[in-house]
Amino acid sequence: MALSLGFHIIFSCIGMVMPFFMAVAHYYWLKTDNVVFKNVTKAWSKGVAIFFATGAVSGTVLSFELGLLWPEFMKHAGPIFGMPFSLEGTAFFIEAIALGFFLYGWDRFNKWFHWFTGVIVGVSGLLSGILVVAANAWMNSPAGFDFVDGKYLNIDPIQAMLNDAWFSQALHMTLAAFVATGFAVAGVHALMILKGKNIHFHTKSFKIAAIFGCVAAILQPLSGDISAKDVAIRQPAKLAAMEAHFKTESSASLIIGGIPDEENKKVDYAIKLPGFLSFLAHGDFKSEVTGLDKIPEENHPPVTVTHFAFQIMVGMGMAMMLIALIYFLALWKKKQWLTSPWLLKLFVAATPLGFIAVEAGWTVTEVGRQPWIIYNVMRTADAVTPMPGIAYSFYLFSAVYISLAIIVAFMLYRQIKMVGTLYDKAE
Amino acid sequence: MLYIVITFLWASILLYLLLGGADYGAGIIELFTSRKNKDVTRQTLYGAIGPIWEANHMWLIIAIVILFVGFPVIYSTMSIHLHIPLTIMLLGIIARGTAFTFRHYDAVVDDMQYLYNTIFAVSSFITPLFLGIIAGSAVSGHIDPAADTFLSAYIFSWLHWFSVSVGLFTVAICGFLASVYLIGETKNDQDRLRFAHKAQFFNIAAVLCGILVFIAAYIEHIPLLEWVFGNWVGRIAIISATLSLVWMWSLLYQGKLALLRPLAGFQVTMILLTTTYKHFPNIVILKGGGYLSLLEHRGQEKTMEALGLALLIGSVFILPALFYLIYSFQKKPLGYPAEH
Repeated sequence: MALSLGFHIIFSCIGMVMPFFMAVAHYYWLKTDNVVFKNVTKAWSKGVAIFFATGAVSGTVLSFELGLLWPEFMKHAGPIFGMPFSLEGTAFFIEAIALGFFLYGWDRFNKWFHWFTGVIVGVSGLLSGILVVAANAWMNSPAGFDFVDGKYLNIDPIQAMLNDAWFSQALHMTLAAFVATGFAVAGVHALMILKGKNIHFHTKSFKIAAIFGCVAAILQPLSGDISAKDVAIRQPAKLAAMEAHFKTESSASLIIGGIPDEENKKVDYAIKLPGFLSFLAHGDFKSEVTGLDKIPEENHPPVTVTHFAFQIMVGMGMAMMLIALIYFLALWKKKQWLTSPWLLKLFVAATPLGFIAVEAGWTVTEVGRQPWIIYNVMRTADAVTPMPGIAYSFYLFSAVYISLAIIVAFMLYRQIKMVGTLYDKAE
Repeated sequence: MLYIVITFLWASILLYLLLGGADYGAGIIELFTSRKNKDVTRQTLYGAIGPIWEANHMWLIIAIVILFVGFPVIYSTMSIHLHIPLTIMLLGIIARGTAFTFRHYDAVVDDMQYLYNTIFAVSSFITPLFLGIIAGSAVSGHIDPAADTFLSAYIFSWLHWFSVSVGLFTVAICGFLASVYLIGETKNDQDRLRFAHKAQFFNIAAVLCGILVFIAAYIEHIPLLEWVFGNWVGRIAIISATLSLVWMWSLLYQGKLALLRPLAGFQVTMILLTTTYKHFPNIVILKGGGYLSLLEHRGQEKTMEALGLALLIGSVFILPALFYLIYSFQKKPLGYPAEH
């Protein structure tokens, strides 16, 4: 399940962000009549089609896997947090229809209508993403029911959807999707420019993707701060695990790096910034931050994994923010940097960073919630299917997803290799 | 609201059977086409389903979301006891969807195409086979909540003659729907005749599999005859389906193609109606006479209201857009053979 989601999150991030890049390139084509923009749009639309198809099937599989793996969870949770899923069904359906119009609609509709269908693909994809994250947020911040004697009463699906965590999580995830996709796409095009292939084509593509990625990368730390403050209040155990914060204290220090020693409840080899954790969690250097000692042992999430994942996410995020600042400085003041190889090399190096951060962030939110599947309501162990041999099912899906990922990568490689013959014959 | 939700559930199953079924059928036809004709078949197929195939498969998602939001007990029971066929069906869905996309978007055309085509055709057969097996198992009375061995709980819940025959019947219906659908897409007599032969083949196959289903039901003491012929709705549906089938064939031989698709759709609708009408609202029949009912095993009132509302709002957006999509590509089809 986690693995399917791990793949799905990549497919769907790209599937929901690329249409926006595509729409921008398409807009420039319609406005400037520069055929390079048309070629970029077409090339990207192939990518969107590939990712949408894989995102759609992996999404279909997930909607079944929820039941196949967690029947007990779905039996109770389905009616409560189903609202975003039923709306998401609509958004996803619209996306499929709009994609049909867009991909097959060249030269057959009014050109602005055709452009508009491309925008709809992006907007509905984004909505689907937000809705699914709202459902996940509910698992972190259950709402919309009363849990009395093991029974789920007074269910209110709307209140469940608009739970306390939905906004901060959706904002963080949406920006993350833009950062990750922007940097990944920009990196690939930067590599092609460095190789001296189809320079105009790749320069234009690079610029659109880089600007999207960089704007989001600069905004992301702000949304991260909102999330951190939110988690500090709602899920102190998760925050404590993220920070490997074992002991409750005021003026708590922020721990950077280090290896958590779960047995002796300390962190070795870490840099400590006194008071900063208190500041990040509650906006005050003196405030008290709950540590793992205040939380019963059986409710502790795995500290090492959560802490490492969190460090990786933040590290990657910071690196990309730095690159983004350099890029904007270049755009604004230092035009000569834009064509220099080192800047492009920097982007090539940053290609995978966004998605590593996305996966790490996903690990933080899921592992950090353990041992609960519904925070403080149902334990993950109680939700799993009674069927024996479930591990085989897991291996099977792992194999399938890994091969899917390989094939998608292979397809993209072939698309990129063929740019010269398919999309940009001039050079 | 409850009945609105149930209507949506039934309608999305029907639409999935019709549209998704025709889609699977197209792959099944490819499997049963001689090598020299494969290219024409493939291109007709692409021209016919290219723009809408993603949308066709959304109906399954809608149906499954309705089940897990509105009828969680039914969803989780099926998920537990039919874990294996569901998993195989999912693998089929993954393989088919990706192979179909890949063969059109692979920038280099080489031997990989052969692989995509094989995967596409084979998974187009397996997926509806297992969809049929799942549907058959649900009403077969073989699902045993009290089972205590792995075989009885997770294997014999779905592996028996009745469900397998239902699976084969589903495959034949998909092939039939697709051939009738594709007749309307052809531009010359030769191709038209080829798809007409295919339609004939799958029509006969469906009748044979249908008989097999009844025999299996008889052997396994499933009162299928009672369900289908024991009430007026069932009898009228079966008679009108048969009459419309005769009418459809006579139209086809006269070369009148306009009504073929609606008639084939009507027949399949009638089949779904007869097989679901009698045991409504019981959607899953368990071993020992227990059942899971859409009226009893449903979510709380507020859930059903929110779900119904979401579905109504959704259909306001989805249906017009979907009709316009189908309409625009019917009016001016993609190139034939397909343009690239």
